[in-house]
Amino acid sequence: MTTVPSSSIAPPPSARSSPATWIRKNFFSNWFNTLLTLLILAGLLWWASGFLNWAFTQARWDVIPKNMALFFAGRYPAAQRWRIWILFAIVLAVAGLTWGTLVRNTPKLLTRNVLTWVGVAAAITILLPVPTQTHIILLALEALLLATAWIGHRVGYKIPNLVNWLPLIWGITYVLTLWLLAGGFGLRPVSTNDWGGLALTLFMAVSSIVLCFPAGVLLALGRRSDLPMIRGICTAFIELVRGVPLIAWLFIGKFIFPDFLPIGSPTPNNLLRAIVVLAMFSAAYLAENIRGGLQSIPRGQTEAAQALGLNPLLTTILIILPQALKISIPAIVGQFISLFQDTTLLYIVDVQELLGMANAVLANPEFLGRRGEVYLFIGIIYWVCCYAMSVGSRRLEQQMNTSR
Amino acid sequence: MTSTTNNGEEKIPFWRDQRFWRVALQVAAVVLVIILLSVLFRNLTGNWTRRGTRFTYSFLTNAASFNIGETLISYTPNDNYARAFLVGLLNSLRVILLGFIFTTIVGTVAGIASFSENWLVRQISRVYVEIVRNTPLLLQLIVWYFTVFLRLPRPDNQIILFNSFYLSNTGIHIPWPSGSLLTWLSVLVLIAGTIVAFMLWTWRTRLIVERGESGQPQLIGIGAIAVISLLLLIFGLGWQIPQSPSSGQVQGGLRLSSEFCGLLFGLTFYTGAFIAEIVRGGIQSVSRGQWEAARSLGLHSGLVMRLVVFPQALRVIIPSLNSQYMNLAKNSSLALAVGFPDVFSVAATSLNQTGRSVELILIIAATYLLLNLIISVVMNQLNRAVQLKER
Repeated sequence: MTTVPSSSIAPPPSARSSPATWIRKNFFSNWFNTLLTLLILAGLLWWASGFLNWAFTQARWDVIPKNMALFFAGRYPAAQRWRIWILFAIVLAVAGLTWGTLVRNTPKLLTRNVLTWVGVAAAITILLPVPTQTHIILLALEALLLATAWIGHRVGYKIPNLVNWLPLIWGITYVLTLWLLAGGFGLRPVSTNDWGGLALTLFMAVSSIVLCFPAGVLLALGRRSDLPMIRGICTAFIELVRGVPLIAWLFIGKFIFPDFLPIGSPTPNNLLRAIVVLAMFSAAYLAENIRGGLQSIPRGQTEAAQALGLNPLLTTILIILPQALKISIPAIVGQFISLFQDTTLLYIVDVQELLGMANAVLANPEFLGRRGEVYLFIGIIYWVCCYAMSVGSRRLEQQMNTSR
Repeated sequence: MTSTTNNGEEKIPFWRDQRFWRVALQVAAVVLVIILLSVLFRNLTGNWTRRGTRFTYSFLTNAASFNIGETLISYTPNDNYARAFLVGLLNSLRVILLGFIFTTIVGTVAGIASFSENWLVRQISRVYVEIVRNTPLLLQLIVWYFTVFLRLPRPDNQIILFNSFYLSNTGIHIPWPSGSLLTWLSVLVLIAGTIVAFMLWTWRTRLIVERGESGQPQLIGIGAIAVISLLLLIFGLGWQIPQSPSSGQVQGGLRLSSEFCGLLFGLTFYTGAFIAEIVRGGIQSVSRGQWEAARSLGLHSGLVMRLVVFPQALRVIIPSLNSQYMNLAKNSSLALAVGFPDVFSVAATSLNQTGRSVELILIIAATYLLLNLIISVVMNQLNRAVQLKER
């Protein structure tokens, strides 16, 4: 039934096994395995035939292409939708650049693995039932991602310092995004009520990430502080926030928060309140992840820094924090992924993000009963985004593992 | 405000004195928090006096006048809000407790399956974890509810399995103990039997190990208990098998509504994927020598996992499990999205009716904080039990 975990065992002898022995070893090594294999194969066949039958005969996929704009941009004015496309292009370009620079030390960017994924992505894009124009735009976006990644890889190899500029580049991108979405300064202003779909999901997630990261670091430092009052305040905040479900916090943001504002002051907009709640919630979780990283820094680091005459503030900023953050990268990215997923909860408090948009589409009498199709589609979108993030974080971790 | 000095030392200015800053920082932080809280509180009272409301829980005794779809205790819309919350709380607890059991099973099986010799089993475990962890929970809940349980046939055309499971889009009926006096007596006897059997088993192991005896009498005793338990399980509990007197109607047994099933399945499989990863990490943390030593004693791989590796992995697994259970408890509040009346969704309905937002949110926060506290205390006890006992 079980084998030794692969990571802790010496590599097998290099004798090439033929496919036949591989199959025998992996599927039919004893009666139990044979039975298991046959049962699973039968189950898979039953499920696959049912699914394919649904997908090709019963499912009516026209709901996806007809509402593509809604899924991606919500009720954004049609005349202004080019701004969303440009926004996606910019984000993808910067993402590609980041990817390229982060893997700058690998000899080849386009490994077989990457090429396979590119092929799969291109194939899916071509198979998508959307107008030809959208096909071209999507393929162009994928090409843009690859091109910028290639440039990043090349340039990053030449100028290793480029990595340090990435946060600034992302900061500029964020401001640019806000400007493109909201308008002003020459662009036609678009009210936040018209933002929606994937664009809004990404915007909410990124804004919350930007806000929650510094807050999380401060909370973690506060919780590790040797000043009892500060430690107490931070601990109380973290435990209180983590103890109550996110949806309750979103209700607080929606129903109670306006009551806490000065009398007669205007209520801040729905999106802003949601972002603040999401950021506060994630900051508390992030603080715990970073605390783990802080705890793993040996005391000798602090003592050495003090011996050099650094004061506590400088010790923290220059010596402890960089090491702690590096260690907690996987946990931090994991937190960002769950924040991205948690944006779906915003639909319960009437923010028209991707899931909210999907439900709005399903409420349309023309598309009643197409839940399977729509949910599968947005599920794939979420999956791709989160999987990309987790793969990226694993790569980043390997890249930064300079200690050995 | 000035720094303290020792005799004969030159006085250092207070802004260079760390002791001063330690105190000043803390005082500043506390003052800041107090100011913030008092401003918020003043705004709140100000807003409330302007609207003419004040903080009160008197509404709890008013008639709730909304119906709750499924209840464990009797409830009518004439009952008061306090009872409605109790109904919601019991519903929450039902989902959470069942969720703990099922998610532990699913997670452990999936985690162990990732070490299977069978390639298919390994891949299925991996695909399950990757899919579930990378899609939002709310989406999964909605998919389970709307596209699985609401897609079941209508009650007049329901699926019947083994003549005792009735599946339709209004809910699932399963056989369930009747709940008579006999049932409860049988449950008591079963619990007692389990304890006695466990004690017999440890006694037998000790006899075999220390005195080299065969342990045959104890084995017979355990066998007898097993037979009695089996008989009690089949006959003593008084199983009620659902019956369908006319088409579309089911009587007897336990009815699980589609909302409940959707929520339970969604939470179980979502948390299960995280537990699978925790279990995998725990098993990987057991050193290779343990596997090899156990194999060299002649144990086959299933036994190695069960007797040697898994108990050691538990030490790594249980602390992380704690936070997953807490997450499951908190995530059960998403019942609102599938229309299952848990404590949060009852409170949300009450909020709509009474507008008592602050009071209700305080109830919700207190409920979940208390739940988390209980889970944490229990899990820490469990953790203490499995930890390595060193002198």
